[in-house]
Amino acid sequence: MRRLNFADAINECLDQEMARDPSVFVYGIGVPDFKGIFGTTVGLAEKYGPNRCFDTPLAEDSMTGFALGAALKGMRPVHTHIRADFLLLTLNQIVNMISCHNYMTGGHTAVPLVVRAIIGRGWGQGAQHSKSLFSYFTHIPGLKVVAPATPRDGKGLLAAAIRDNNPVVFLEHRWLHWIEGEVPEESYEIPLGVAQIMRPGSDLTLVATSWMVIEAVHAGKILADSGINVEIIDPRTLAPMDMDPILASVRKTGRLLIADYDWLNSGLSAEIAANVGAACFGTLKQPIERIGFAPTPCPTVRTLENHFYPNAETIIRTVEKMLGRPPMDLTGVDFFSHERRFRGPL
Amino acid sequence: MTAPSASLLSADLSLSLYKTLYMTRRCEETIVRIYPEDNMKTPMHMSMGQEAVSVGVCRAIGGNGDVIASYRSHATYLAQTEDHGSFFGELHGRTNGTADGKSGSMHLADIPKGMLGSTGIVSAGIPVAMGAAFANKQKSPGRVAAAFFGDGATDEGVFWETLNASCAMKLPMMFVCEDNDLAVHTRKSERQGFNSLVEVVRKYKCDVYEDDTNDVESIYALTRKAIEKMISSGQPAFLNIKTYRYLEPCGTMQDSDAPYRRAEEDAYWKGRDCVALQRKRLLASGLAEKDLLKVEGDINAAIEKSVAAAKAAPHPGADLLSYGVFYETP
Ligand SMILES: Cc1ncc(C[n+]2csc(CCOP(=O)(O)OP(=O)(O)O)c2C)c(N)n1
Repeated sequence: MRRLNFADAINECLDQEMARDPSVFVYGIGVPDFKGIFGTTVGLAEKYGPNRCFDTPLAEDSMTGFALGAALKGMRPVHTHIRADFLLLTLNQIVNMISCHNYMTGGHTAVPLVVRAIIGRGWGQGAQHSKSLFSYFTHIPGLKVVAPATPRDGKGLLAAAIRDNNPVVFLEHRWLHWIEGEVPEESYEIPLGVAQIMRPGSDLTLVATSWMVIEAVHAGKILADSGINVEIIDPRTLAPMDMDPILASVRKTGRLLIADYDWLNSGLSAEIAANVGAACFGTLKQPIERIGFAPTPCPTVRTLENHFYPNAETIIRTVEKMLGRPPMDLTGVDFFSHERRFRGPL
Repeated sequence: MTAPSASLLSADLSLSLYKTLYMTRRCEETIVRIYPEDNMKTPMHMSMGQEAVSVGVCRAIGGNGDVIASYRSHATYLAQTEDHGSFFGELHGRTNGTADGKSGSMHLADIPKGMLGSTGIVSAGIPVAMGAAFANKQKSPGRVAAAFFGDGATDEGVFWETLNASCAMKLPMMFVCEDNDLAVHTRKSERQGFNSLVEVVRKYKCDVYEDDTNDVESIYALTRKAIEKMISSGQPAFLNIKTYRYLEPCGTMQDSDAPYRRAEEDAYWKGRDCVALQRKRLLASGLAEKDLLKVEGDINAAIEKSVAAAKAAPHPGADLLSYGVFYETP
């Protein structure tokens, strides 16, 4: 099948959705510029004109309320932010207005809008340009939250998000944009709220989100070489979450490790753990383990950044500990970094 | 009582404006009367005294536009929809309300009628009207969108963001500032770091209009002018309409004795009450009082029917608690 990187897959999705439905429009700070949000919005303004793809004043709060008004009048806005941290300026509109507008108006009101934002690590992005904020949004009734991890999922889930009649927060890890994978050329939807098993296994269930899926798949291969078979599940949609495959897997393996791309306290990983704990209490062979960001603001300097973010090595070490295995020798293993861009296969 | 000028509008329109004014006033008088029954378990932000703004502006929009109100939403909702049945249903928390009682008084909406919503978050509806204006510009040229808000809302950042963005984007967006000088108990002079809001707004690429009459016909005519200009110029309109809130900021009681009130101001505004003013104008134009009493009697009876219907309608059952969290495409 044709291979594409994640950024081009998102770009192709936006192009196909805009061609399919004239009510779809894409906007946000820097959206139509030559860099086009990691390339994801490149060419759209030229092709669809300034009413369908446009820049905005630096006014995240107001331009989010704008999306609600446009959606109520039958349009399908895709509001795009180059950093998820800037979404904190949109929370009044998203949480107080958008998430509950259908409920407050009797349940008959479609609110079809997508808020896209780039999350996570670049290099040296520090405390204000690197957040994930998953649980900020999954906490709120009425919002759907999506975090794809492969080019194919990025394209199909974004199409589903744009066609959905509810508000969707769509969070893309920055490093994903250069990851390549097989992506169908035609337009397609991957339904929201359906998890994906990335690797079957029987020794331990590993639930990973966003970039941690990439790290988990990498770790899974290394672990398999030493005879440990983890089952990796990517929920893909963080809210509403498809718990059934996770519960089925834990009932099979008896062990759960959650590798979240976010802080742990009051986070999505705690929510997954609580659900699994309640549903699989009798079948768990040991306590559920979680890994995620260090409980600190994100430091800028690389030496500390490496301690702040978990990666495949963190996963491998945690799995070994959970299974009572001695630590394997990882000298010479290539772990991902900003410089060592990984391009596939996925 | 100030004497009204002769009407410049058609007799039908004059009467029709009065009917809506009277209806909104009578609905709120009814609320004042029956709120102590404690059947309406929702906060009340009364429009009383300010009705001419909503009635004049919404009639000027004339169905060819969308509006969003603040939490002081009664007059705007009633003027835009003329539907006191669902209004009283919602306030009573019944399934014949706008949202099965789940919205209460602060989130009244009727989207097919262009009443996009009302919001309890000061200023938060303003950008929503801008989005509707953007959609209208593309999909239904000539259709406008208006945000109603108090002078207090103009202290908020999102007001300024939206003023800037809608002017930069040249949207058919109407800002309607219901300037009653008060945010709860605090005067503009204590809150504003500039001398005159309209003078500041004049620096933006929009057309600015002011009204200080409390006269529904003036407000109607001014809004018509603003809409026509907005459609030809393609830039937003800003209407600053001076008005006066009769009752306490939240609740149904008089608070004329409260320390923030000024007796001369109270007397001045009640001497130019918008409902009385329009009634006087109609009588002066030759309409017989007995005919007007008949019109008023019919409205009173219809409102009593709506109240009775609300009280007779069921409260939502537990099954409705989770209904509408997500929209289910039919
Ligand atoms: C964002 C926000 N801050 C504070 C409040 C509390 N509050 C409710 S009404 C009000 C005053 C609003 O004044 P104004 O906008 O002039 O409207 P008015 O009550 O005069 O109609 C305040 C501060 C609120 N509802 N929302």
